[in-house]
Amino acid sequence: MKVTRVQQQAQVIPLDRAERQRKPTQEGPPVEPTPLRPPPSEEPATGLRGVVADALGFARRRLSGDYTVDQFGFDPELTDAVLLPPLRAVYRKWFRVEVTGAENLPASGGALVVSNHSGTLPWDALMTAVAVKDNRDRYLRMLGADLVFQTPLLGALARKSGQTLACNPDAEHLLRSGELVGVWPEGFKGVGKPFADRYKLQRFGRGGFVSAALRTGVPIVPCSIVGAEEIYPKIADLKPLARLLGLPYFPITPFFPLLGPLGLVPLPSKWHIHFGPPVSTEEHAAAEDDPAVVFALTDQIRETIQQTLYRMLNQRGNPFLG
Amino acid sequence: MTPRTVLVTGVGGYLGGHLAARLAANPAIDRVLGVDTVGPYRAVAGLPGRVEFVRADIRNPLIAKVITSAEVDTVVHASLTANPPGPSRRSAVKEMNVIGAMQLLAACQRAPSVRKLVIKSTAAVYGAGARLPAVLTEDGPPRELSSSGYAKDAVEVEGYARAFARRRQDVEVTVVRLSNLIGPSVDTVLTRYFALPVVPTVLGYDPRIQLLHSEDALAVLERAATSPVSGVFNAGGDGVLLLSQAIRRAGRVPFPVPRAAMPTAGRLLRGARVVDFSADHVRYLNHGRVLDTTRLRTVLGFTPRWTTRQAFDDYVHGSGLRPVLDPTVIERLERRLVGTR
Repeated sequence: MKVTRVQQQAQVIPLDRAERQRKPTQEGPPVEPTPLRPPPSEEPATGLRGVVADALGFARRRLSGDYTVDQFGFDPELTDAVLLPPLRAVYRKWFRVEVTGAENLPASGGALVVSNHSGTLPWDALMTAVAVKDNRDRYLRMLGADLVFQTPLLGALARKSGQTLACNPDAEHLLRSGELVGVWPEGFKGVGKPFADRYKLQRFGRGGFVSAALRTGVPIVPCSIVGAEEIYPKIADLKPLARLLGLPYFPITPFFPLLGPLGLVPLPSKWHIHFGPPVSTEEHAAAEDDPAVVFALTDQIRETIQQTLYRMLNQRGNPFLG
Repeated sequence: MTPRTVLVTGVGGYLGGHLAARLAANPAIDRVLGVDTVGPYRAVAGLPGRVEFVRADIRNPLIAKVITSAEVDTVVHASLTANPPGPSRRSAVKEMNVIGAMQLLAACQRAPSVRKLVIKSTAAVYGAGARLPAVLTEDGPPRELSSSGYAKDAVEVEGYARAFARRRQDVEVTVVRLSNLIGPSVDTVLTRYFALPVVPTVLGYDPRIQLLHSEDALAVLERAATSPVSGVFNAGGDGVLLLSQAIRRAGRVPFPVPRAAMPTAGRLLRGARVVDFSADHVRYLNHGRVLDTTRLRTVLGFTPRWTTRQAFDDYVHGSGLRPVLDPTVIERLERRLVGTR
């Protein structure tokens, strides 16, 4: 009698709403998940109907969550279909970007693209990403400041377009998996420098990007960008306002904030992006923790970019006509 | 080393209960003792197994007597609560987590028979934030977290486990940091969250989430208890889902809430006793968290059978979620517009 009572106690069915609906888990071989719905049969449609079908297929995949992102949140489909086209229009029509030395970017495998930073707002990074995509058909995985990832909307978009936080674990992870990684080592010091200091490279941080390249044994491609300095000539900086807003600087340009949102339109300077010959890091592979080697290599890259900038500026005529 | 006598704590919970049943089914193991203050987990209580249930409180020094008298050689501490699914009393959970682990480790230290200790920890020890690397490896030391979060308990327990490993160097200590669990039969904060018809998200943020199928979680804990390797291991499924993507796959409707209003929304849901919406969880919804599982594969030799996406789909099917937004409706609409089929 006692035993039965114990058994009855042990088999009390809980009145838990969430639990009742669920079937018990089955042991056994790996469950190949049943697709949420049968895959739509591919019927190649042409002409206008094809365009509509493509657009609708895209909309359906987006609405039902049927797409893949990588560990960093990079969504190639969204980047190609939604994020790149408007940037490409700016790239071609507004800044009329001219690219040289694209063959210095490896067609496959990891490489670190190191570039000068300028322009108050990081248009140069976006344009370099378009340049890499259009000339070498590869995605540039850029390393951004933590401010980007703290900002609502911007942070989510940055992740979806393949960017990640500028820190060594992330950079090395991407380089090891054979990605093309872009870094702007001057950071806010470079992008927010006054117009008077244009085309003068700032300090290259602590050379963290060089140690990442050394540890993963990938080449470093120096990249020089001319034209981005003129898009928002920063003539003053409202430091107290910047501190209040938690920004690294609050720029005053001839048109911002004077013209309000209109002042946010970048001036249509003519751009030139040059990718220099890759610098191999293999011979220093053993010296990844030697600060002297890291600093020497950092200086070498910095000097290369600076000299290339001076040469390109000499060849340039009018900043807006090229 | 094959364990002979295993003691599993927290058998009143899903993981502890199922893990004890799995270990008992292993013919190489002679004896499995299950400890908890509440009765064994209902789904395994009726199973014909060799789990001997001991109703004991690990916060009580009596646990030492259980360990020494049974000559336990492997202790699996699975009762750490880091993500309570529903609203629970913070102070009670903290006491159970922290004091319980301290007493259990003290008991293990005095028991010469103990050779192996497995701690079920959580990926929440890494925290979540814009300043963290996108993919977290075991090397990065757990960051300092808010003083109120449940994750803080796990950080402290891991600290005690490290100290224990220094004092008893003959004991192999394995810490498994589990990603958020999901599956048709498990009840976690995320399974309740995705079951809401309208899912609150943080406006302007789309975190990456990594999930671990509950069956994989059991398998990895079992492997950790029976394998001779020790160390700290991240455990999570392959690949990631974006939160927005997961909500769409489940056919739910996202409801973006400004970040500033999130605590209020969380309090409402907590107050309605629907889902625990702690500060930790809100931070997780802001930034997400992805673990690097290379060590799990190469050192522990364990590959999760479900990817994040498969685990999530299995949850959506198995738990009978009826989509609010039915994907077939979208498809039918598409077909009618294109007129191909």
